[in-house]
Amino acid sequence: MDNYKGCVMIYAEQNNGKIHPVSYELLNKGGEVARKKGVKLIAALIGPMEIDENELIRRGADAVFTVKEDDTYSFPDENTYANTLVHMVKEVSPDILLVGATNFGRSMGPKVASLLGCGLTADCTALDVDEEDGALIQIRPAFSENILAHIKSKNFPQMATIRFKEFDEAPINEDHVGEIIEVSKPISMPQLIEVIKEIKTNQVDLVNASVVVTGGKGLKSKDDFKMLKELATLLDGVVGASRPLVEDGFLGKAHQVGYSGHRVKPNLYIACGVSGAAQHIAGMKESQYTIAINSDPSAPIFNVADLGIVGDLYEVIPELIKQLKGE
Amino acid sequence: MNIIVLVKQVPDMDTVKFDQESGTVDRSSAGKEMNPFDLNALEMAVEIKENTGAKVTAVTMGPPSAEEVLREAISRGADEGILLSDRFFGGSDVKATARTLAAGINYIGDVALIIGGLQTVDGDTGQVIPEIAGYLNLPHASSITKLVGVSEKDITIETDLWDSTYVKKAKFPVVLAVTKEVNSPRMASFSTKMKAKKAEITTLKLEDLKELTAEDVGFKGSSTFVKKIVVPKATSRQGIKLKEEPQIAANKIMGILKDKKLLEVQNG
Repeated sequence: MDNYKGCVMIYAEQNNGKIHPVSYELLNKGGEVARKKGVKLIAALIGPMEIDENELIRRGADAVFTVKEDDTYSFPDENTYANTLVHMVKEVSPDILLVGATNFGRSMGPKVASLLGCGLTADCTALDVDEEDGALIQIRPAFSENILAHIKSKNFPQMATIRFKEFDEAPINEDHVGEIIEVSKPISMPQLIEVIKEIKTNQVDLVNASVVVTGGKGLKSKDDFKMLKELATLLDGVVGASRPLVEDGFLGKAHQVGYSGHRVKPNLYIACGVSGAAQHIAGMKESQYTIAINSDPSAPIFNVADLGIVGDLYEVIPELIKQLKGE
Repeated sequence: MNIIVLVKQVPDMDTVKFDQESGTVDRSSAGKEMNPFDLNALEMAVEIKENTGAKVTAVTMGPPSAEEVLREAISRGADEGILLSDRFFGGSDVKATARTLAAGINYIGDVALIIGGLQTVDGDTGQVIPEIAGYLNLPHASSITKLVGVSEKDITIETDLWDSTYVKKAKFPVVLAVTKEVNSPRMASFSTKMKAKKAEITTLKLEDLKELTAEDVGFKGSSTFVKKIVVPKATSRQGIKLKEEPQIAANKIMGILKDKKLLEVQNG
């Protein structure tokens, strides 16, 4: 596998046999870095037997290294996956290793880095190649998005996790060719964590919703989310919350919009009583149309709103619900 | 059973001042508090202590003043506090931080459970806990949303991964990173506050951590470095801002919804 030494390797995350879209985003950005450096782009895929790796080749991978087995990889145990990925990295010796910053990637990635003893930059929003030394420049927002830190690694692989939905997916090119290389799984891999069962939950899909109605600190009680929920339902949307409300337990983390929550790009974003801290704006600034309702005319949310309503959300929203119902 | 809770003192991110011109954070401008996620980690440890009689030790790394966060941990139910503090630890990245904390945990020894918050609100990397597990050569579980049960040998939790929820059982010793959903942290009581005031805080220096040298910690032991800091231009795309009666305001929004064809869903 010497011909892939020094390549850009992306971890192709899969969930239950289905390739996660962040993998295609990594192929896009990773491909750009690989072309700048003049090296190969490869995908590392770990999972059950049923996965189809050809999609990764059609989207730009020069090779897909796979470790597939049903029993071992049907459940998300980061330790098992990390051990397997470390095994692949040692076989291939990539210069750069990119992992998607999903819940799973944010847990497995640092385990991999510590087992390899390399550095790791979290949640990058941009990558570049240093023209002087060819090193990977890992760019990440810090301090609630107030600054962008340009970070470099002192050793190899240069490793980073990349935010989901930050880059476009690599397009499909039916003519692109690549090879599939099966790797055997590590010999000794004690499974100390047992996955007992999966609980199917109706998790809110904030990231793909076309309408998001978000509550912020202007909301007085947990109960008041019912009003936002009603508005969201009328618009066939979902309810979001700013970080302080999630931290106070008003809504679960699955609803959190912002830098440390989810990044949303809906057709319509309605911010109700959200002041608009930088960390929140980072999660919604790419919404197609934003309406903000806040009683404080100086709230920073108005700087990113297409329509700002200076008013009491407890008056405006019930009125809006009334009009929507045609009462 | 010994439980370690990892805590960090962070600035109050709601009030900390930031200088857009110089790109620097004025840490003195805001109060300091325990990282909010760590409160949940501590609460989980204390709940387990109440059921099993375990001993809970809070561990932090930071300047001598970080001792305050250990006293807060004791006031909220921890039994003792250990501070890793040495000028050699300055400038640590995630790797150097994780190695130092892992060495501190090894110094304490015989630990069944190590619990930390999913991420800190200032660094926000969410990487330190899994890396500590790696340097301790222990398994870990992250994104934990519920404590299901504890026995003498193992712990059962729920975790959000792969857009679903999974129940996992982990044998001790294990490292866990918890979300804010896992519990509701308790307040300190008068008596525990008094206990915290009087508590002896143990400070460990580099020389106490036999497995590490000055090459392994701080800036020297880090694998990443900041090449430069860029201050991005503030996003602005301000549109119309109206101050109207609720009825008129709602009417205006209705107009937008019609323009955007967002009313078709419910009417069609």
